[in-house]
Amino acid sequence: MQSVIDHYQEAIRLAAENKTPLQIRAGNTKTFYGNTALLPSSNTLDITTYHGIVDYDPAELVITARAGTRLSEVEALLNQHGQMLAFEPPHFGESATLGGCVAAGLSGPRRASTGAVRDFVLGVRMLNGKGEDLHFGGQVMKNVAGYDVSRLMVGALGTLGVLLEISLKVLPKPIVETTLCIPIGETAAIDKMNRWAGQPLPISATCYHKDQLFYRLSGVESAVKAAQLKLGGDELNEQQGISFWQSIREQTDHFFMTASHNNLWRLSIASNAPPLALAGEQLFEWNGSLRWLKNTVDCDHQAIRQAAEKYGGHAILFRHHLTNASVFHPLSSGLVKIHRALKEQFDPAGIFNPGRLYPEL
Amino acid sequence: MSRNELIRRLQAILPAEAVLHDNEDLRPYECDGLSAYKQLPYFVVLPHNEAQVIEILKLCHATRTPVVARGAGTGLSGGALPHVSGVLLSLARLNQIVSINPQARTACVQPGVRNLAISEVAKPYGLYYAPDPSSQIACSIGGNVAENSGGVHCLKYGLTVHNILKLRVLTIAGEVLEIGGEGLDSAGYDLLALMTGSEGLLGIVTEIVVKLIPLPQKAQLVMASFEDIRKAGQAVANIIGAGIIPAGMEMMDKITIHAVEEFLQVGYDLNAEAILLCESDGNIEEVSDEIERIEMIMQQSGATRVSTSQNDLERLRFWAGRKAAFPAAGRVSPDYYCMDGTIPRKHLAKVLQGIEMLSQQYGLRCMNVFHAGDGNLHPLILYDANTPGELEKTEEFGAKILEMCISVGGTITGEHGVGIEKMDQMCTQFGSAELAVFRAIKTAFDPLELLNPGKAIPTLHRCAEMGAMHVHQGADKFAHLPRF
Repeated sequence: MQSVIDHYQEAIRLAAENKTPLQIRAGNTKTFYGNTALLPSSNTLDITTYHGIVDYDPAELVITARAGTRLSEVEALLNQHGQMLAFEPPHFGESATLGGCVAAGLSGPRRASTGAVRDFVLGVRMLNGKGEDLHFGGQVMKNVAGYDVSRLMVGALGTLGVLLEISLKVLPKPIVETTLCIPIGETAAIDKMNRWAGQPLPISATCYHKDQLFYRLSGVESAVKAAQLKLGGDELNEQQGISFWQSIREQTDHFFMTASHNNLWRLSIASNAPPLALAGEQLFEWNGSLRWLKNTVDCDHQAIRQAAEKYGGHAILFRHHLTNASVFHPLSSGLVKIHRALKEQFDPAGIFNPGRLYPEL
Repeated sequence: MSRNELIRRLQAILPAEAVLHDNEDLRPYECDGLSAYKQLPYFVVLPHNEAQVIEILKLCHATRTPVVARGAGTGLSGGALPHVSGVLLSLARLNQIVSINPQARTACVQPGVRNLAISEVAKPYGLYYAPDPSSQIACSIGGNVAENSGGVHCLKYGLTVHNILKLRVLTIAGEVLEIGGEGLDSAGYDLLALMTGSEGLLGIVTEIVVKLIPLPQKAQLVMASFEDIRKAGQAVANIIGAGIIPAGMEMMDKITIHAVEEFLQVGYDLNAEAILLCESDGNIEEVSDEIERIEMIMQQSGATRVSTSQNDLERLRFWAGRKAAFPAAGRVSPDYYCMDGTIPRKHLAKVLQGIEMLSQQYGLRCMNVFHAGDGNLHPLILYDANTPGELEKTEEFGAKILEMCISVGGTITGEHGVGIEKMDQMCTQFGSAELAVFRAIKTAFDPLELLNPGKAIPTLHRCAEMGAMHVHQGADKFAHLPRF
């Protein structure tokens, strides 16, 4: 596998020398995400050639795998040992890789109760813009030596470096899971999700859409049963429950099907923010702190960004049909300065995925 | 600028009583929780609000004066050790709980607020702030952010980085940055993670939004004795292998058991080579189920005695011994030195044997308490600072322990930070390229290196001078540097 790294290093040095951008790619399942307008003269750095599990010891709760390893392979191995990636990352396609999952930084339904990708990243091996082979963090749960570069890579969309290997904390799968559904209005649903989240209940996911609140209970059977009695609702059968959360996680639910005249926005805001008066259809996850908004391409971007800011958050144009929109939420001038300075330090020639995150990075 | 001129200009920003400059007034600030290192600061400033902090930073920036931030001063790695010609910026008076939002389960607090005070104000709402470093009665939340503090419950509930949502940060130039947000993620790079644990080198935190979580309905503790420390280690692996994430899992070795039992008489098994304390918390059904399984696994793993707390009083009594390990060390020895390495748990027996061998080699006793769930070791080396040369011997012993942690794939610090103390071990843990990246990050935030200079990140020259170096893939990593 060292020869693969040698090849990447060579490609990086060459790109830096010629100032030719490199598009870091693996499974190509999240190419829609970010500012995707390709630069004309960019080459592709294919990460799928660097794949395989490096180390996994279930009793340590840690797995280390190469960035090009398929996410499905990682999850299948964990599953054999009764464990899981607790942040339930969306795959968005069979070929999704671990590296892409970490670079995109997206988490699924369990995020509000258990944590995000960044919460589970313990260490990375990566190449910077000089092609240097670097190790940060490690395979231990607690590690405060040096700055937390591993977590900085999560969600950076490859703009700071090429991920080679990632160590993640993993968790045991719950013994029992069940999904229930309650008919309820929007305001009442927000209130209910937030009140529940303030109590010691085994709720592992929530989703509200079209006057229905779906919630999932996870844990030991007695705790799940007790919570079910207390909270009520109609129980879905096991397969329906699994399929439902799968359709939210992978965005195969009808709500996420965007026609060519639709945009899909992702608003990450305070969970108890009241219903947002925005044109279009909405679906909530994460106790109300994640709000998906489907509307038309000619919608008022500014109104959406302002609504997110008003409730302490940010908005991403998640799926769109525009070629030149800046999809991520604008940063304050102070933060832009820090972002530029970091980019300059990690990737001085500006070759890694330029513009994918922000036009100036 | 002269010292007097600086004092005059600081007094223009702050009331006279908030600028300390007499040696007598500076003395209490000469060290933090690591008292082996002492340095009188140039001045101490005690601002009351963010506006004053901004003016202080602008002045320091303009006059190229180093700034060392300090919270409650409980840190164990010398991170708040003053700079000889720098301002010690105490944030202790920024101690307001700005707001608490029970519905959103968040609290907005200033950095000088004590960790435990947050949980106290959240309690009426059935909520609390999860990270609980053992100093939580005194340590400040600002310091917790600077160190990414953990605690005994962090395997299940995470570290500071997992439990904060937003920071208000001042750059050295006095510019305000809002990092993170009220939602669960934010736009751009994860600067929240970068700031957490950055030991005051990147910015000054003036406000923190923390997450609050529901108080568990019930907590119960299993205490198990083992005649062999390896069996205790295996029991930990068996519990986790069975799919249980305990709320807390702590191990003590024989010398610790005896020291605390002599001190507190909590009823620990004096015949045991190791004691495991394993706590389950959550809702009533969950806890009953888990405790039953934990008891069974302890038995199957060869425990010689297993007792389960029958009420909260008993649970707290079982914990009391563990929590008193440090004061107990203080009773059996004039001084002790606390280490903080983390290792993959599977290497526990090997590392403990190594520590035992070093203990004999240096002729110094060592107590071992261990956050067993997450592999964080706290060897307490017992020494006498009044015996000439013993502190130096202790530091060498400690350094050897940390190098052993690195050699089994661990780290030199799990939760106490690098500070001034572990600068040399940073050279062992990281190669020159990684250290250069750390310095580059520092440059991105603080190009003049005025914030807490000389801490956390060693220079390449220091590593080269020190000699004991990380050798990465067989190559001499400092080949380009001159030798001294």
